[in-house]
Amino acid sequence: MAQKTIAGVNLEVTEDGYLEDSTQWNEEIAKEIAKEEGIELTDKHFEVINFIRENADAGLTIRKVGKSGIVDIKGFYELFPGGPLKIASKIAGIKKPTSCV
Amino acid sequence: MKKILILGAGTGGTIMANKLRKALDREEWDITIVDKQQTHYYQPGFLFIPFGIYNKQDVIKPKANFIPSGVNIIFNDVDKIVPEENKVLLTGGKVLAYDYLIVATGTRPFPDETPGLKDELWYKEIFDFYTIEGAVALKEFFETWQGGRLVMNIAEMPYKCPVAPLEFVFLADEYFTKIGIRDKVDISYVTPLPGAFTKPRATKMLGALLEEKNIEVIPDFYLESVDNKEKKIKSYDGKEIPFDVLTIVPVNKGDEMIERSGMGDDLNFIPTDKYTLQSEKHENIFVLGDASNIPTSKAGSVAHFASDVLFDNIMCAIKGRRLRAKFDGHANCYIETGFGKGSLIDFNYETEPLPGTYPLPGIGPFGLLQNTKMNHYGKVVFRWMYWHMLLKGKELPIESEMTMAGKKK
Ligand SMILES: Cc1cc2nc3c(=O)[nH]c(=O)nc-3n(C[C@H](O)[C@H](O)[C@H](O)COP(=O)(O)OP(=O)(O)OC[C@H]3O[C@@H](n4cnc5c(N)ncnc54)[C@H](O)[C@@H]3O)c2cc1C
Repeated sequence: MAQKTIAGVNLEVTEDGYLEDSTQWNEEIAKEIAKEEGIELTDKHFEVINFIRENADAGLTIRKVGKSGIVDIKGFYELFPGGPLKIASKIAGIKKPTSCV
Repeated sequence: MKKILILGAGTGGTIMANKLRKALDREEWDITIVDKQQTHYYQPGFLFIPFGIYNKQDVIKPKANFIPSGVNIIFNDVDKIVPEENKVLLTGGKVLAYDYLIVATGTRPFPDETPGLKDELWYKEIFDFYTIEGAVALKEFFETWQGGRLVMNIAEMPYKCPVAPLEFVFLADEYFTKIGIRDKVDISYVTPLPGAFTKPRATKMLGALLEEKNIEVIPDFYLESVDNKEKKIKSYDGKEIPFDVLTIVPVNKGDEMIERSGMGDDLNFIPTDKYTLQSEKHENIFVLGDASNIPTSKAGSVAHFASDVLFDNIMCAIKGRRLRAKFDGHANCYIETGFGKGSLIDFNYETEPLPGTYPLPGIGPFGLLQNTKMNHYGKVVFRWMYWHMLLKGKELPIESEMTMAGKKK
C-alpha cells in the first residue's frame, strides 16, 4: 500500500495504483489518473466510468460493459486502449478487476 | 409426498441424487432428476482424445447406471423454471412441481457467440475439444497433419476447467515430439488473461514450463472474430494472429433454459450465494457446479466438494433450520504437463495455489505446483475414482474443505 496525492487529495493506493477506498473518488481524481494513462476524458468516458462504478459490486467483465448500451466492446477498447477493463477500473476508482479461475 | 427436483444429471446432479436418496425417507421424499441426454460423458477425458490416449468408449457410460434406485429419472429437455410457482416445465408440455430445486445444468461451449467461428473451417481446421464431436474430429485431423501453426485460443472468461487448454498444449508438445514433427509445429497459447493463469504463483510456474517447452504465450488477446479466408483470429483492439489449425475454447455459457427462466446473468450463470449455494433470489432453489456464478473454478472437483456443503444445507433447509454449512470455494486440479508428468494445484476463494505436498503434509504423495510423475498418476487414477466413487457420492480419501497443512506460503 502506498500514499499518493492525486488532484490535491491524499489517497491510499495499491501497488499498481488502484484506489483503496472508492468513496474518496471524484471526477478530478479520475481526470488525473486518466492523464497518467494517456487518456483525455470525454463525456462518453464518464458515462462508461459511471456504469462501471454502479456495477462494481456485481462483478464486471468486458462483455458486460459491451452490453451496457453505452458502448460496444470495440468502442470500449477505443476509449481505453490496451486493457479497457483494467484501465477504466483504475480511473473509476474501484478495485482492480480479478478474473476468477 | 414432498418433492426434490434435480435438473441436470452430470457430475453435480448425479452426486446429489446419490447423497440425498441415501439420507431421505422414501415414504416421505420423492426425488426426481431430469437430463436431456442419456449418456454421461467423463469430460476430463476429452482432453486425451485428440492425441489418441483415450477413445470415445473410455469416456462414456449410460447416465442411468449412476442414478440409484428410488430416484425417478426423466430424459427430457427442460424448457424453463417458473420459480414463483415452484414448477419446472419440460419441453413437450410435462410439468414438474417441487418443494426444493437443485439446478446443476452446467455450462457448455457456444461457438455461435463469436462471428466466423462456426463457419466453413469448423471441424476442418478449427476445433474445440470441449465436446466429444470436436475432440474426435481433432484426433482425425492430427493423424494426417504435416505441421504448421497450432494456435490454442480461449475466447472468454470464465470457462470450465481453466487448466484444460494448458494441458492441451503440453500434450500437443509431447505428441508432435513423439511423431517426429515438433520442429515443424509452432505452438502458441493465446489468452484474454495477462498471463498463463489467473493467480500469481501458478502463473509463474506454468509460464516457466511453457517457455521450457517452447510454447509461446500471447496474453491480453480478447477474441472478436475469426477470419476463415485469411485463417486469422482477430481481437477487439485490432490484433491478428494467423493459424494453420485453431483449437479453441469457445465462449462458455449456462444453458439457454436459464435465460428463458430469467434467472441468469449475461452468460446465463445463476447468481448464487458463494457460501451457502442457495440461489440469491429464491430460498428453495440451490445451484451446484458450473451453472452457478460463484467465483471459483468451474470444475468437477469443485462440484464434488460443494456437494458436501449443499447436502448439509438442504438437510438444514428441510428441517427449517438456518443454513450452516459454508463452501470455501475449494478446487483441486491435476495438470497434465506431458511426457508422463503432471502438476497439481489446490486452492479456494481466499488462498491462491501454493507449493507443497498433498494431501499429507511433507509426504504427499502429490506435489503441489511441482512437475512430477506421481501427479500424472493422480490424473490417471482420477478417471477410475470418478466412475466408481465420486459420482455415487461415496467418501473419497480427501477433505472437501481446503487445508493449509502441507502448503508453503
Ligand atoms: C476438456 C475438459 C476437461 C476437464 N477436465 C477436468 C479436470 O481435469 N478436473 C475437473 O475437476 N474438472 C474437469 N472438467 C470440468 C468438469 O467436467 C465439469 O466442471 C463438471 O462436469 C461440472 O459438473 P456439473 O454437474 O456442473 O455439469 P455437467 O457435468 O456438465 O452436467 C450438466 C448436465 O445438465 C444437462 N442439461 C443442461 N441443460 C439442460 C436442459 N435444458 N435440460 C435438461 N438437461 C440439461 C446436461 O445434459 C448435462 O448432463 C473438464 C471439462 C472439460 C470440457
